[in-house]
Amino acid sequence: MSNDPTHQFLVNKIVPIEIGGIDFSFTNASLFMVATVGVAAGFLYLTTSQRGLIPTRMQSVSEMSYEFIASMLREGAGSHGMKFFPMVFSLFMFILTANLLGMFPYFFTVTSQIIVTFALAVFVIGTVILYGFYKHGLGFLKLFVPHGVPGVLLPLVVAIEIISFLSRPISLSVRLFANMLAGHITLKVFAGFVTSLSALGALGIGGAILPLIMTVAITGLEFLVCFLQAYVFAVLTCMYLNDAVHPGSH
Amino acid sequence: MFVTAAYAQSTTTEGEAHEPAAAGEVHTETGVAPEGEHGTGVFPPFDSTHFASQLLWLAITFGLFYVLMSKVIIPRIGGILETRHDRIAQDLDEASRLKGEADAAIASYEQELATARAKGHSIADTARETAKAKATADRTAVEADLAKKITAAETRIADIKSKALADVGAIAEETATAVVKQLIGGTVTKAEIAAAVKASAGN
Repeated sequence: MSNDPTHQFLVNKIVPIEIGGIDFSFTNASLFMVATVGVAAGFLYLTTSQRGLIPTRMQSVSEMSYEFIASMLREGAGSHGMKFFPMVFSLFMFILTANLLGMFPYFFTVTSQIIVTFALAVFVIGTVILYGFYKHGLGFLKLFVPHGVPGVLLPLVVAIEIISFLSRPISLSVRLFANMLAGHITLKVFAGFVTSLSALGALGIGGAILPLIMTVAITGLEFLVCFLQAYVFAVLTCMYLNDAVHPGSH
Repeated sequence: MFVTAAYAQSTTTEGEAHEPAAAGEVHTETGVAPEGEHGTGVFPPFDSTHFASQLLWLAITFGLFYVLMSKVIIPRIGGILETRHDRIAQDLDEASRLKGEADAAIASYEQELATARAKGHSIADTARETAKAKATADRTAVEADLAKKITAAETRIADIKSKALADVGAIAEETATAVVKQLIGGTVTKAEIAAAVKASAGN
């Protein structure tokens, strides 16, 4: 087993595909994207196949995630925002499942790739911009002009608003990516301490207990982070969608 | 399949002090990788050689996931929740309907009770009135009867009294005649004695 903590993020080709000179190979990242979709959709599909009036435990997990996202979106973007429910629900379930799958040893973490999280963030911001202009036309630009700002400060405030809007896809993607990456690297480093220390004989095995405890603790923390980052991504998506649904309301 | 491939690869990398940033390690990295696809030596998540492939597969998988969610899963869970919500609302309606019925039954019972009580009162009142009237009538009849008897008795008493008084006159005359005869030894006319008795009786 390699002690290189970044090795787990390497992308390997499984089925090489090249279209028009661009590499579109089916990689381990692609495999885990497929696995994420399969696990998430399969779980939601199978647990709700009974359509029980009184839910089983697993069915209530699916229902809870549905109601969790639905109430989040309704609070964040109002009842007009509910047309984005499939999008927010898909994003949340996809990211959550990808994060949790990444917790299995030897499994690839899809969300630890900046391009994946950036693509998801651009998808969100792109939806916000397209829907905002489609629904409100140029009125969407009121988003950058807050109410009650003195005329002198207005250019400065508008500039700040535009910068903060443009930085959203970056912050949204980097937050998820960096959390997953840093967590997995930390976990790998502490786990590496356990193996390298225990190779030093009896004293080393005694000394390896501390990083082992840390590894267990960080594993627990990482499960929390997996959920929390999916939650944060979904909450911020709801907030940004609120700007598209009600521009100039903040 | 993937795991074994990755593991095989990781075992080959083992032992080499792998430093992604170090330029000297680039060649070992390329040597290790079968296709040489991550030979750039950059931090793997920033390796742009796979960006196109990642984007394509993300678009395919996430697109599929989105379609599955919006066409199958969300309508299904929404339907389940809707059905349950409807069922609960229906049960609540049923419960409130039954409660209404129970309330109506209680109200009608109360009303019947009140009617029965009023009817009982009226029956008692009627009975009391009838009894009272009958008692009054009886008493009046008895009183009238008694009054009649008293009158008859009084008349008889008066009769007897007058008769007795009349007898008293005659007895007094006889007695007076006898007394006079005894005292004087002569006879007094009956008319004189009657006048004397009458005079003393008049006193």
